[in-house]
Amino acid sequence: MQAFRLDDGGRIDRSKPLTFRYNGRKFVGFAGDTLASALLANGVSIVGRSFKLRRPRGIVGCGPEEPNAIMQVGTGASTEPNVRATQVELYDGLVARSTKGWPGVRFDVGAVNNLFSRLFAAGFYYKTFMRPRALWNWYEKFIRLSAGFGRAPKESDPETYEHVNAHCDVLVAGAGPAGIMAALAAGKAGTRVIVADEQNEFGGRLLAAPATSGECEWLQRAVAELESLPNVSMLPRSTVFGYYDHNFVTVLERCNDHLALDDRKGPRQRVWRIRARKVVLAQGAFERPLVFCNNDRPGVMQASAVSTYIHRFAVCPGRRAVVFTNNDSAYRTAQDLASAGAEVTLVDSRVSPPPDRRERLENAGITVIPGHVVVNVDGVRRVRRVRIGRWNGDLTAPVKPAISVDCDLLAMSGGWSPAVHLHSQAGGRNTWDDDRLCFVPAEPGQANRSAGSCNGQWSLRRCLEEGRDAGMAAAEDCGRQPVNIDIPDLDDGDSHAIEALWRVPAATDADRCPKQFVDFQNDTAVSDIRLAVREGYRNVEHVKRYTALGFGTDQGKLGNINGMAILAECLDQTIPATGTTTFRPAYTPVTFGALAGSNVGPLFDPVRTTALHEWHQAKGAPFEVVGQWHRPWYFPKAGEDLHAAVNRECLAVRSSVGVMDASTLGKIDVRGPDAVEFLERIYTHNIGKMEIGRCAYGVMLGEDGMLMDDGVMARLGEQRFYLTTTTGGAANVLSWLELWLQTEWPELEVYLTSLTDHFSTIAVAGPNSRRVLEKIGCSIALDKASFPFMHMREAELAGMPVQLFRVSFSGELAFEINIDSELALAMWQTVMDAGEEYGITPYGTETMHVLRAEKGFVIIGQDTDGSVTPVDAGMNWLLSKDKDFLGKRSLSRPDCLRDDRKQLVGLTSVDGASVIPEGAQLVNDPSAPKPVPMCGHVSSSYYSACLNKPIALALIEGGRARKGETLYAVVRDGSTIEAEIVSPVFYDPKGERQHV
Amino acid sequence: MLLIDCPYCGERAETEFSYGGEAGISRPKHPDALSDAEWADYLFMRKNSRGVHQELWNHAAGCRRWFEAERDTVSYQILATRELPRRGSGARRER
Repeated sequence: MQAFRLDDGGRIDRSKPLTFRYNGRKFVGFAGDTLASALLANGVSIVGRSFKLRRPRGIVGCGPEEPNAIMQVGTGASTEPNVRATQVELYDGLVARSTKGWPGVRFDVGAVNNLFSRLFAAGFYYKTFMRPRALWNWYEKFIRLSAGFGRAPKESDPETYEHVNAHCDVLVAGAGPAGIMAALAAGKAGTRVIVADEQNEFGGRLLAAPATSGECEWLQRAVAELESLPNVSMLPRSTVFGYYDHNFVTVLERCNDHLALDDRKGPRQRVWRIRARKVVLAQGAFERPLVFCNNDRPGVMQASAVSTYIHRFAVCPGRRAVVFTNNDSAYRTAQDLASAGAEVTLVDSRVSPPPDRRERLENAGITVIPGHVVVNVDGVRRVRRVRIGRWNGDLTAPVKPAISVDCDLLAMSGGWSPAVHLHSQAGGRNTWDDDRLCFVPAEPGQANRSAGSCNGQWSLRRCLEEGRDAGMAAAEDCGRQPVNIDIPDLDDGDSHAIEALWRVPAATDADRCPKQFVDFQNDTAVSDIRLAVREGYRNVEHVKRYTALGFGTDQGKLGNINGMAILAECLDQTIPATGTTTFRPAYTPVTFGALAGSNVGPLFDPVRTTALHEWHQAKGAPFEVVGQWHRPWYFPKAGEDLHAAVNRECLAVRSSVGVMDASTLGKIDVRGPDAVEFLERIYTHNIGKMEIGRCAYGVMLGEDGMLMDDGVMARLGEQRFYLTTTTGGAANVLSWLELWLQTEWPELEVYLTSLTDHFSTIAVAGPNSRRVLEKIGCSIALDKASFPFMHMREAELAGMPVQLFRVSFSGELAFEINIDSELALAMWQTVMDAGEEYGITPYGTETMHVLRAEKGFVIIGQDTDGSVTPVDAGMNWLLSKDKDFLGKRSLSRPDCLRDDRKQLVGLTSVDGASVIPEGAQLVNDPSAPKPVPMCGHVSSSYYSACLNKPIALALIEGGRARKGETLYAVVRDGSTIEAEIVSPVFYDPKGERQHV
Repeated sequence: MLLIDCPYCGERAETEFSYGGEAGISRPKHPDALSDAEWADYLFMRKNSRGVHQELWNHAAGCRRWFEAERDTVSYQILATRELPRRGSGARRER
């Protein structure tokens, strides 16, 4: 039973009833309804409880400014919290709950807070719960329980979202009268136009005009004309929510949210990322509430919202209405209410409202009471009566109520505030207009123009004209011949005179009277602003944060200007001197899903796999993510865990032969007449002396002298080198080299090419590795004399062209086979077949780490952290004294010469069994007074199967001079492991095994 | 998001670029000859201008070339972008 639905009119389809559930109860609305209009039609007056005081609240507005009707919409994984019911289009089967109030909105035990409302003033939490400090953690649990609105689903979101990049000549934000005219003018001039509006239909305020009016007829024609222009893209249900640098504008399109669940296909929401040459802002304006005692009672609404519900949704939210205004615009609402059959009284704070308007109302049977104000409201769950008193303009004198009017609806209008949000986001300032009593946009910050009521124009004719002018000017700016279009004869005849009324003084003391709310959602009242000023707050941004004014989901769209005016009064200064808080994106809330778009799950980050990936997968290897690469971690046999597999793999390499996919190493081809000179400047060792075919281990430093990357390099020719980098550092190193070549040393002719993906690398390591390669059949001799350690050769292996490197990251006799990635799998399989008789064992990154740690080889980024010099890491032998190189000068800065710098050393557990956790802090004396001084940390730590004991690498202050001493690693559970400082080379310290 | 005019490719979105800091900081020819303070000045000290700022950008997701830009750090307007000397041109800049 839709008791408040009118019999005819409205933009709803009475032939399409829609069933929905609200707080478990079944209701019926019509196609074209919002959740809010359907609730009002059904006479639901309480839709939420306020944030702190838990006062019952009803619907106030009809758009994004709605502070009270905050809903949890949908169920299960796709439920969305904190949606404004005024912005939810009704669909069949919609399920909504109010988000505040326990056990329910109609009866909320938290409402007891209201009895103690004076305790819950601004700064309540800071003052009450912060002392004693130690109890905050205890309080917090209960505060969190009672705070907040809706609940985010725990499941991951099953919906899909997407991003679209677009370019246009003219973007029009808002499709009310001004926006439509702008789009028409720009579109007819031939520019590419995108026009976006948050509503399901274009029209803005015209949607609230009577269906038979000239306004509606013109709207229909204008929208049809826009649709006929192929260069105009129309985006309904699309909110321009962000205006960023260089006319980059973001739009949230709600593609599916209005459809019944079964009818939804494709993405739920879409974010448009639009670069516009020119932007026309036509977002309209928000009607301000009036501030008086108990102005938050259900049934107190914005006057314009009441008109919208009557004409657009055919819902008259009350039967006996009082309209309270300080300006002309609410006179129309009084007429709308009367025409909908309501009994209406209009209270105007102005002593002399325009006589013609007054006469028009009185002819329609409406009582007009000028020079009076609404002081207080009776009724808790719904407005029952208003108390009216004479107004003489004196804010310091109490206003005694003299007249009472029974009513079930109070429509209020405190004037209008242009939606300057996007203009402000774009960097534009706003100026205060003393006649219109609002902030209006001043100079734009970017290539944008404001038109219509967001520019402070209230009359329909002026909005249409400004829209047209802005569209023509934008087209001209884009190099088009502007096309003039006729302004329809739609003068609404409205005057828009207003007289300031920022608050109504109560009948009693301003701080002890019933609450006069400024921000409904956050329960910020006049008394809170007064308190903040008494406590010394002067800046509007600080008052905002202290009182929570404008913090809600509506971001102050409703209450902020009133709040700033009241603050100005308290500070005895003007409103422009007080200023506004900062307008930031997003204009209305945007879901995380929409912001993430399709960049979720497997599309979150690119995945790079090697040419041998499928072989690894088939062997059941778990993968470790390194950079974006997925590298096989270990190759478990049946029943093996990580440790069993790694122990087996390590022993296989040390005793016979293992094979590893090392394809992810960064590979850079360097060539050009100045290649030697270039690399001399980059690397710390001498390049010029390298013979062709020779390999060398090299490190590069940042200019701060810290280790940046390392790898083996080979000289392939007089002017040609091949570099390898760490897996994770490949892209950075290439950029780093290009930076120096392009910006600092353009005189050098050197060309760099990444070969990382082109070549795959198969490392064959272990005492039997040479035998495996010989068995495969190599075109060159592989014996020690013909092909010594740290050399490279081009050869054919099993008939396939390869580069062979005799380098070793395990300390064993080893060969790295570089081969075209297309042949990599064939070569890998050949190696596996040939190695079978030696028990060849594939191994992963974990075994690689253990083997290199046994040799004391560092991993850049694990054993170093951007604060480690090559001297700290024990690499003095790599530093050439004969030349300059990047970072060299920094090594002699006083800080780099300190004896107590952290130095790389080895650690063994004294008990011979405990593996120290990586990252553990090291202390000399764990029983020292807290805070216990830390002297280093563990960077790598493993169990070495080959040595049959745990080993670790650590960075310890002055560590190299402390060999043989013991210290303690602190484990997270508070226990300690005693460890001895040793050489970082645990295995084959003379390096004989790799030279055989 | 800035719209940056790569001198080699034209206008592209900021997400295609990476920032390289202040431009025109030449690496000293003889670092060994510098005092610690002079070296630290080259290494660490930057103008951090309010207003027009000369800076380096790399079209990292495009042509991968570095170039100089003149940007107003207050308004974020990019006033000009310039190519750097060509590779191997021998045009070693004055320092």
